[in-house]
Amino acid sequence: MATPDVARVNGSSHRTDWHDRYYHVDQVLDRPGPRTDPSFMAGAGVKEFLRTQCKILVIGAGGLGCEILANLALSGFKDIHVIDMDTIDISNLNRQFLFRPKDVGKPKALVAAEYIMKRVPGVTVTPYFGKIQDKDDDYYMQFNLVICGLDSVEARRWINATLVNLVDPENPESLKPLIDGGTEGFKGQARVILPTVTSCYECSLDMLNKPTAFPICTIANTPRLPEHCIEWASVLEWPRVQGEKKMDTDDPEHIQWLYNIASARAKEFKIEGVTWQLTQGVVKNIIPAIASTNAIIAASCCNEAFKIATSSAAYLNNYFMLIGTDGVYSYTFEHEKRDDCPVCGGESLEVSVPRSWTVERLIEMLVEKQDIQIKKPSLSSGAKHIYFQAPKQLEEATRPNLEKPLVDLVPDGGDITVTASSLPFSLSLRVTYV
Amino acid sequence: MIKIWSMKKNEEAAAKKKPKTSAAQIRVQKDLTELDLPPTMTTVFPDPADLLNFSLTITPDEGMYQGGAFVFSFVINSNYPHEPPKVKCTQTIYHPNVDLEGNVCLNILREDWKPVLNLNSVMVGLQYLFLEPNADDPLNKEAAEELRKNREQFLYNVKQSMRGGYVKGVQYAKVNV
Repeated sequence: MATPDVARVNGSSHRTDWHDRYYHVDQVLDRPGPRTDPSFMAGAGVKEFLRTQCKILVIGAGGLGCEILANLALSGFKDIHVIDMDTIDISNLNRQFLFRPKDVGKPKALVAAEYIMKRVPGVTVTPYFGKIQDKDDDYYMQFNLVICGLDSVEARRWINATLVNLVDPENPESLKPLIDGGTEGFKGQARVILPTVTSCYECSLDMLNKPTAFPICTIANTPRLPEHCIEWASVLEWPRVQGEKKMDTDDPEHIQWLYNIASARAKEFKIEGVTWQLTQGVVKNIIPAIASTNAIIAASCCNEAFKIATSSAAYLNNYFMLIGTDGVYSYTFEHEKRDDCPVCGGESLEVSVPRSWTVERLIEMLVEKQDIQIKKPSLSSGAKHIYFQAPKQLEEATRPNLEKPLVDLVPDGGDITVTASSLPFSLSLRVTYV
Repeated sequence: MIKIWSMKKNEEAAAKKKPKTSAAQIRVQKDLTELDLPPTMTTVFPDPADLLNFSLTITPDEGMYQGGAFVFSFVINSNYPHEPPKVKCTQTIYHPNVDLEGNVCLNILREDWKPVLNLNSVMVGLQYLFLEPNADDPLNKEAAEELRKNREQFLYNVKQSMRGGYVKGVQYAKVNV
């Protein structure tokens, strides 16, 4: 391998690309292969795009995130952004290899960005220490691709819905491929979501393992497992003793309190195995993270990011799962889009109505329209309720809106969400006035 | 970059654009506006603009708890329907499956919750607890014990508690209407 000549200062990023820096990656980019997309621009064109134009967002700088950042930087992505809301904990150090003991307590995004920039010349990593929800559509619009290495269903649902909503039929740039990686012990998955084109995260929500929950009567009366004692402490004793005080699972004092209560209960029922770690694991729903699973899934995600960014090979369609619990098994399949998906499914209609129309007139139109035939529609716009058919109290509260002109409630070009029992999920209306 | 848009053009769905409402919000709107409750159940929204926090009053018209009005609080978070709603009884009641703190032992609220279930199923499940209290899954052990051993005494205790009286040293909320 060539050794780097000293990185030239003030050069644009590609100036630091010493001779043969990307020798191996270029084997793939310099000539088309049997499965390359016809739009593939072998050679300078694709390299130029990857190394000077492509902007990629990494969500999460934890177990998967560290691997993803390193992989992307080393495969030639130069403009990388990373978001993470967490700080480094000592227990992260066994697998989140961008962090060192001196970094404990510092924001993951900042430390990870600094480390990558130090080790991989010419790469710019822009960190953001905070929540993905802090950022708006304009922020997400600037990227070509988004990769997620998250540990929460809620955050995934949020970014998925945001990227689906971002798609504007008038603007091709608004469709941002989302690559989602996830691991749980020896199992993992990587998937490619093309918002509005392929099945989205919400479409597959029913595939998720539900969080382990024990019957509350077992917890209360017949505990048999250490987990039962811990759940007793957190579900029943905490609210009883601490009242309105919210439990913070990141607060060591709270965990200690739960641990003490759970231990006492375990002793009473002669159950062994309640430890501080288990207490934290149960209340935070932690499944032990395995470094090698993270490495495999991150590699798969980055491989997809590289293929999508360069068109150099066919990309994953659309779900890869890895099961490492008994040997090594993997399976790839096309997860289907759900028509009744609350995020990407459902019908969408453009309606144009006279300015004089009341809400009631619009509802009549929806009921009469042959091609929709909605019985008893309920309407809302954003967080605002326009008209609800039930329950009684909400019907009464929204009834005065029936006589109001629609234009007072929904602006020109505004959206209305319609739900009704005759619709699989919901219908969205975009209203324009004439 | 791969040309995704060209694939998109072939799709009829090209005009889809959803409003900025969270999936949980839409789902709650759908669940609530399609509630099909018997006259024995009523929902109350302290803030009608907030669909995620409300209460349900159950007034059983038969069974041992007839004549009472039982109030449950519902708290729904943004992870609904991946997570079940959090439901608690707001009164201290004498019931084998409800403890004195208001925790409810109903399988679909915890271990058997699935996203395909909805608010209607939870509400119907709650009402069922008043028609058929279940001594096998006790949260109030004493009440369960009584129900199993001496149904007459249990019934007497229920009536006593519903009047706001004491049962075995515990004062219960007056729920009679």
